[in-house]
Amino acid sequence: MDGKVSWTMPVLFELQDACFEYDGIPALRGLSLEIAQGERVALLGANGSGKSTLLRILDALHFASKGSVSFDGQRLTPELFQRDDYALAFRRRVALVFQNPDVQLFNPTVFDEVAFGPLQLQWPKETILSKVAEAMELMGVTHLRDRPPYRLSGGEKKRVALASVLVLDPDVLLLDEPTATLDPRSQSQVVDLIQEWKGSSKTVITATHQLEIVEDIADRVFVLEEGRVAATGIPPEILPNYELLLRANLVHAHRHSHGSVIHSHPHLHSHSKHEH
Amino acid sequence: MKRGFLESTFVGFARVVTRAMISEETARRRGLLQALDPRVRVVGLFSLVLAVTLSRKISVVVALLTVAVAIAILSRVSLFVLVKRVWLVVLGFTAVIAVPAIFVTPGDPVATFGFLTITEQGLRTAAMLILRVETAVTFTTLLILCTPWTHVLKALRAFRLPKEAIAMLAMTHRYVFLLVETASQMLESRRSRTVGILKPAAQRRMAARTAGVLLSKSIELSNEVYLAMQSRGFRGDIQILSDFRLDAWDYLGLTAFLLAGGLAVWMGR
Repeated sequence: MDGKVSWTMPVLFELQDACFEYDGIPALRGLSLEIAQGERVALLGANGSGKSTLLRILDALHFASKGSVSFDGQRLTPELFQRDDYALAFRRRVALVFQNPDVQLFNPTVFDEVAFGPLQLQWPKETILSKVAEAMELMGVTHLRDRPPYRLSGGEKKRVALASVLVLDPDVLLLDEPTATLDPRSQSQVVDLIQEWKGSSKTVITATHQLEIVEDIADRVFVLEEGRVAATGIPPEILPNYELLLRANLVHAHRHSHGSVIHSHPHLHSHSKHEH
Repeated sequence: MKRGFLESTFVGFARVVTRAMISEETARRRGLLQALDPRVRVVGLFSLVLAVTLSRKISVVVALLTVAVAIAILSRVSLFVLVKRVWLVVLGFTAVIAVPAIFVTPGDPVATFGFLTITEQGLRTAAMLILRVETAVTFTTLLILCTPWTHVLKALRAFRLPKEAIAMLAMTHRYVFLLVETASQMLESRRSRTVGILKPAAQRRMAARTAGVLLSKSIELSNEVYLAMQSRGFRGDIQILSDFRLDAWDYLGLTAFLLAGGLAVWMGR
């Protein structure tokens, strides 16, 4: 499993032996992968496996300290992002939804929040107003237009964070734990949204450790372990591989008793089917 | 469990922040000030504050205070809130400065208590100081109570204040709530794991550690926020959208504010 793309569309992201450290502590250790245009990819891994760091590398917020990261054939470097024309074109095409919505909601009102991206990209005022209205409608947050973000619930914050990114209509959407902290209804809304993009030219890369949504949101899965790709494949290949998921700390043994018999089996939620 | 000084201080700060949130309820009511464009509110009320500071006659300052009370009633601001949160607090602070003036200002004696003599000029000076501060603070409080903070910021943008300064104010306001919430959770967590009463020295050490952790968290948060801004195209120059529109009512309100302010300055010469 080498992480190479077997997709008919052109390769969009290509990472070769990419490394990254936070204050000397390695987060990515020689990670290689390819992601094609239009693919829906899930990054699976336990906490600290490098999922969030990888998304930030793909969004050019961090740059690899060793190895290379390319987008659409162009190597991503800090020097390249000194150029306003390239940086703004890249930001228009690639967008990231952060795991913690409080990080992403820094404006005084929901409207300002959703309008922030288009304003920075200097769209015409009329376009901004109509696109912001569309994005708020899509995520069901129109009624929160004038509310300050600190007065929203966790689910509302996440929906506003999504609207603030979807308003840009990006080609590539990077989602960091998009369903974490959401109630079941909001979770299914997000999953439905990602499903709607299937077959479109949008590339959706989702970091998650919620195995039960993987089949719905991804055509291909990368399992990350200690900053490297431990395995890659389609969901029906990866999800039943209990040893792999156990090693990557994505499942745990569930011990319980039936009368006097105590036994254990993998805890896999919707994918766990076992005989008693 | 009894709260220590530091914890009480924090609880007090959290209460002030909560009050700021409650004040937005007043801003959403239908009233005189709420119906005006925020820019008119800022210019109008500050022109009245200026008139208060320039007036030299007590009668004119009293008239302006009456105007402030009338605006408060028409804007559906609770007079109880005004008395409790503004007038009594301001009176307490201003009296510290004003009371000595009653005795030390030279002039015609009104009453004598031992070696202390109250003069007419002293009483006038003290009354003028207290009335001026009470009236100016009432106008400022009315602006804050009747205008959501976001609208105050937008109004300041319209007066061409540096965008960076306004962005800093906005983000400070935005994240102070988050940090207060975080600090509050840290204190609750500590209290849930504390048995008995800590000695003052231990309390101070604990508070210092909490402050250190909170500082680290706020630095980490600011880094993350900056990355989130970059991710959406921020290149160091904030772009803003102003969507305020002035109508006939706003022009009428602005004219009334400026006339009242001008008249007060002229009559109070």
